[in-house]
Amino acid sequence: MADPAVPLPAGAGAAEREALGPRGPKPRHVFSRRNIFLYGTLFVVAVYYLLPLYVMVVTSLKGMPEIRLGNIFSPPLEITFEPWVKAWATACTGLNCDGLSRGFWNSVRITVPSVLLSIAIASVNGYALANWRFKGADTFFVILIVGAFIPYQVMIYPIVIILREIGLYGSLSGLVIVHSIFGMPILTLLFRNYFASMPEELFRAARVDGAGFWGIFLRIMAPMSLPIFVVAIILQVTGIWNDFLFGVVYTRPDTYPMTVQLNNIVNSVQGVKEYNVNMAATILTGLVPLIVYFISGKLFVRGIAAGAVKG
Amino acid sequence: MAAANGTSVSIQDLSLNFGAVSVLQTLNLDVAEGEFIVLLGPSGCGKSTLLNCIAGLLDISEGRIFIKGKNVTWEEPKDRGIGMVFQSYALYPQMTVEKNLSFGLRVAGVPKDEIAKRIARAAEILQIEPLLQRKPAALSGGQRQRVAIGRALVRDVDVFLFDEPLSNLDAKLRSELRVEIKLLHRKLQNTMIYVTHDQIEAMTLADRIAVMRGGVIQQLDAPQTIYNRPVNRFVAGFLGSPAMNFLEGQLEAGSTFKTDGVSVPLERYAFDGTERPTGACVLGIRPEHIAFGEAAKSMPFSASGSVEIVEPMGSDTLVWTKLGGRNLSFRVEAERTLRSGDPVQFGFDPARASLFDAATGNRL
Repeated sequence: MADPAVPLPAGAGAAEREALGPRGPKPRHVFSRRNIFLYGTLFVVAVYYLLPLYVMVVTSLKGMPEIRLGNIFSPPLEITFEPWVKAWATACTGLNCDGLSRGFWNSVRITVPSVLLSIAIASVNGYALANWRFKGADTFFVILIVGAFIPYQVMIYPIVIILREIGLYGSLSGLVIVHSIFGMPILTLLFRNYFASMPEELFRAARVDGAGFWGIFLRIMAPMSLPIFVVAIILQVTGIWNDFLFGVVYTRPDTYPMTVQLNNIVNSVQGVKEYNVNMAATILTGLVPLIVYFISGKLFVRGIAAGAVKG
Repeated sequence: MAAANGTSVSIQDLSLNFGAVSVLQTLNLDVAEGEFIVLLGPSGCGKSTLLNCIAGLLDISEGRIFIKGKNVTWEEPKDRGIGMVFQSYALYPQMTVEKNLSFGLRVAGVPKDEIAKRIARAAEILQIEPLLQRKPAALSGGQRQRVAIGRALVRDVDVFLFDEPLSNLDAKLRSELRVEIKLLHRKLQNTMIYVTHDQIEAMTLADRIAVMRGGVIQQLDAPQTIYNRPVNRFVAGFLGSPAMNFLEGQLEAGSTFKTDGVSVPLERYAFDGTERPTGACVLGIRPEHIAFGEAAKSMPFSASGSVEIVEPMGSDTLVWTKLGGRNLSFRVEAERTLRSGDPVQFGFDPARASLFDAATGNRL
């Protein structure tokens, strides 16, 4: 038999070639044991997470008589959007009976300025900490990061007093300030790490070109940082939209954010428990973060990965 | 030479400390107008740091820096009249080539038609006109570096600073761009300060080379002088490829070098001082200064040995043998076919050798 290392003569028979063993790409089997395990596990986990959502959607589309039958997994026999309309427009939360719509607009008025304000400040913070090494920068950074580990509960009451003293207690702007401050440590860390991972020579080149603190930030650094801005927006939008604690503490009933209103609808003790309305209200409240994730999924992963490289 | 035109960059007693670590120590350097000076040294010798100090990107601890007769010690980089080219190109990735070139001018508020004029000139000199509307990501390494040079060019400055501009390129491109940089210098006649760890770049480009180690300039001289008469053993060993041969031994009565049964007459060696030193010393001789075969017999010093190994390099061949128990290499023409074990006759003229003090490493 020929040595495998020696190329066969041109006229060698097929059988002889076969005897030399494998050649070319390795064949792949769709139903290998590995694939079955992998996709099986993924399928089970996906079902596990999607089942509650399915129940919610299905229930919100049923009328109360149908719900009382108790088949929570069965699809609705008669689809009705009544519960959704009620949850949005007429459900009673405490004194008001105009549904979640009031809370939705409150949440928008809280989230948008909070997100913009906190990201604007934190990105400049992170840029200054990463690129303009001032005296005491490290100490400042440590103090800021420690802030991320202090439990919120400790600070609730002092902040109530501070807001009362400056006359912002119960107003939306008070809550906006609170959200902006609490977002600061984690966002600054995020931006600092991202800017620190950018090549130092880029910053130097911009300085030789004559750009100053703001020039470099606005014209060089910020345009290169879309992924990390997207990450920050997602973190802040979902975090602030989902917030319940600050909302319930620092606002009044007519300025309650959507989450607090949702709680009031679901946990109301008088009357019949309208499961379909509750489900619809919950989905409505969760819709905003859900949409944000769906739109930005890819950028989000990219930004998280980019920011995590350098500590 | 350019030295007659006056001083372009003058560094006086410059020191730089990071905390307790001293990076540059009372360094003095005068660069003549239009001169091409290369800062050469191993990594960590402070050459890039010195360049950053000249650019104003690092605050210095002591001393003064003058550019064009103006004290710029406390000036911002943009006010120093310098343009800088970085190793990683440092192009702004979100801008087109044109915007990259014009960024500094736009920051400085230069009128639009003036910007267009300068970009057109730089693009023509560097032959990057077809690339102007592309983003840096769509350029090759050589093209990027050209754009980076262009960015310094449009600033219309007196002094160009290069920080290892060719280190990220492959060998072929490196030698091409090396020639282009030299041509550019011929054309522009600007002062250029160029940092590299590549001795070929240093030898080929420089009017003068400053060899640095540990934050101190070891020798500042024309390439040929540094090559032929290195001031100490470090400079001798750092320049030259293949490296210089070193033989440790004793200097006797200032006229003979002795080591393990070998004695080299030094009558023809040009000592630095007038007095004849004695004691432990090191003899250095470059592989290309050792003669071989018949030619060796007429040399003031000659010896014979046998070939240890042969390294063919294409253009010539490096032969390793032993002298006084130590490895010694010399160059022969590529056509010679020598094999391990062949007897060889070799010799050299001590006038071309270098003698260093064994303790201090300084040239004798």
